[in-house]
Amino acid sequence: MNTLKDIIITTLKEDAVQDEHQYPAWVTTFIVPRSRFVEAARAMKKADARLVAEWATDETLMHTPSPLNPLPQGEGKFDEQSRGTGAKFIPSPLTGEGQGGGELRGFGIFACFAKASEYLIVKTNAPPDDPTFPTLTKKFPASFRFERQIQSLMGVNPTGHPDNRPWIKHEDWPKDAWPLRKAFDPSMYMERVTGEYKFIRAEGIGVFEIPVGPVHAGIIEPGHFRFQAVGEDILNLEKKLGYVHKGIEKRFEALSWEEGVRLAGRVSGDTTVAHSLAYCMAVEAITMPGCKPPERGLWLRALMLERERIANHIGDIGGICNDAAFAFLLYQLSRLREIVLRTNYKLFGHRLMMDKVAIGGVSVDITADGINEILSELNLISDEFERLASIYDENPSLEDRVRDAGVLAPDTAKELGVVGITARASGQPLDCRIQNPFPPYAVIVPRMTVLQAGDVHSRTWVRVEEVRESIIVIRNILTSLPSGEIKTGIKYPAPDTRGFAVVEGWRGEIVYWIQAGEKGEINRCMVRDPSSVNWLAVEQAIHGNIVPDFPLCNKSFNQSYSGHDL
Amino acid sequence: MLRILYQIFRTGIVTEPLPSETEAEIEIVGARLEKDILKQFQRSLTIRFVDAGSCNGCELEIHALSNPIYNCERFGIHFTASPRFADLLLVTGPVSKNMEIALRRTYNAMPNPKLVVAVGDCGNNGGIFGTSYASLGGVGNIIPVDAYVKGCPPNPADLLNGILKVVSM
Repeated sequence: MNTLKDIIITTLKEDAVQDEHQYPAWVTTFIVPRSRFVEAARAMKKADARLVAEWATDETLMHTPSPLNPLPQGEGKFDEQSRGTGAKFIPSPLTGEGQGGGELRGFGIFACFAKASEYLIVKTNAPPDDPTFPTLTKKFPASFRFERQIQSLMGVNPTGHPDNRPWIKHEDWPKDAWPLRKAFDPSMYMERVTGEYKFIRAEGIGVFEIPVGPVHAGIIEPGHFRFQAVGEDILNLEKKLGYVHKGIEKRFEALSWEEGVRLAGRVSGDTTVAHSLAYCMAVEAITMPGCKPPERGLWLRALMLERERIANHIGDIGGICNDAAFAFLLYQLSRLREIVLRTNYKLFGHRLMMDKVAIGGVSVDITADGINEILSELNLISDEFERLASIYDENPSLEDRVRDAGVLAPDTAKELGVVGITARASGQPLDCRIQNPFPPYAVIVPRMTVLQAGDVHSRTWVRVEEVRESIIVIRNILTSLPSGEIKTGIKYPAPDTRGFAVVEGWRGEIVYWIQAGEKGEINRCMVRDPSSVNWLAVEQAIHGNIVPDFPLCNKSFNQSYSGHDL
Repeated sequence: MLRILYQIFRTGIVTEPLPSETEAEIEIVGARLEKDILKQFQRSLTIRFVDAGSCNGCELEIHALSNPIYNCERFGIHFTASPRFADLLLVTGPVSKNMEIALRRTYNAMPNPKLVVAVGDCGNNGGIFGTSYASLGGVGNIIPVDAYVKGCPPNPADLLNGILKVVSM
């Protein structure tokens, strides 16, 4: 079978130039001319790949000549391999752009595709006087929101995109505020302007609209939902997000590599271990000489990752049951969750394990007593959890609510490119712990639960199975935990390199793409939380349901607002 | 049903007494309200919660206030969906640019007398997110705050202590 890399090479032939500055080796970047960007995407679609993410970089200020990086002599063309070629764009016969000559480099547009364990990034360039790129929305629905986001935050327009409303950027931002551009001053205060966000309208007799949010009834994050309904039946649901946009991607650019770990750990507080881990892995990929965390550090990372999974899944199962008016399980399971969090606090010094993953390893070790403590805690948790799982499973009135509610059909799930528990409950066998494992997972392979129904029950049951599996994984990790160091010395990324990492958080695949600038600083950090793609699934799964079931359906997805809005 | 009853009986009551010594700092800044007004809140306090831009870490701990171990209802504290019924506004996160208006509106919708508690390091001064084009920093920059409960995130016992302290000032 052809790999994605082979397909790009055979489709675009000499037009596809490989970027040698992309690490680690299992992800490759191909630079293609703008005119063939869609063709590359089409080839990926044909090869059954999914769109992981789409993002842009502002490269106008990169590659300015400096004493460290003098202009190379006698270079006829610009390509990614030659660092520090100067601010002038030298027309390239390969990329076919800037043929007018003498331009600045402009913008880079990236699309990342994946199939099984292979990740491939396709990059194209746009000159600063024509910041556009052809849209991929017709091939990949997931790019719908990504491209609106690129337009809103970077000011690079997807041509042919069906929707030109801004995303994340609210209507009261100034028109020319593009925070991700290098020329944008992040400390500036944006004046409010007038503007209106146009929601999709449904008209007809008996059709009415229900606006919900951004401040919701419960203790949840803010977002706006707009339902069109006839009676109780939902015709359409449209979301408007961006309320918790804190400028995280821009903030990274002002931080040092170590401070970046702290920020990554707060992209989505409930996924703090997985996010900081993905960031650290992306950074470690570009440190020269290679920064390889010691074995024990890697195993402790996996231990924390699984504990985070257990705590969140237990909390979520309780939450789903509560939304189906079965508060008994919420209280029982929140009691178990509290036990897990207290052990975390006792052993790692933080209930959610924030800031415990560090570049080069972890910042906290575990003693033999600590191991015994976790093992006895797991015995307690697993006994109690089994009892509660059978109560869930044998309760007919609960079953009536969770079965066939909020169905995300496998075809739709595949088309949208959803990840994580949402994907596994809808027949998509995706799990980075299995497909792109780091050391303990290569030996201790978790069992993947894949269900086909895609309803609320499936998403709950995938969580139940994953709690069981994580308990087994943790027991295995603890019984064969290697001895030695937990962290290597700090090493810094090499200038002008790009690092990439994927980590399976409890919600799903988390992607980090980091670009080191020419002094070795953070030039761009792209964060893709699973919520970015999975939010699309909530809108699709709600069709045909009734308004009162929305909280239940929404809770079964439980997507992060903060991880999406950044 | 028998299984459920069995589980309830074997669990028993798990609510714990609140530790008096806490690790997080609780800083009371507001002295806007008269003592006799504060007395009104003591036995029954209704809280409206607003996430003004947090990373959702603080929400997890606020959720935990309602679990059977912290059981905030024993102090007469409960959460409401409507700001019209609320005595206290609990705010998390640095205030994001996009939530500023919603936060002000929620505050204005609450009847007087009212209290505001800002939660977490972000609610205090913007935390790691600082002040930028998208983040307006601490809650105090937008609405008057009566108390800050610091921590990233503060644990449920600290939160509960902070809330109790501000109403019994």
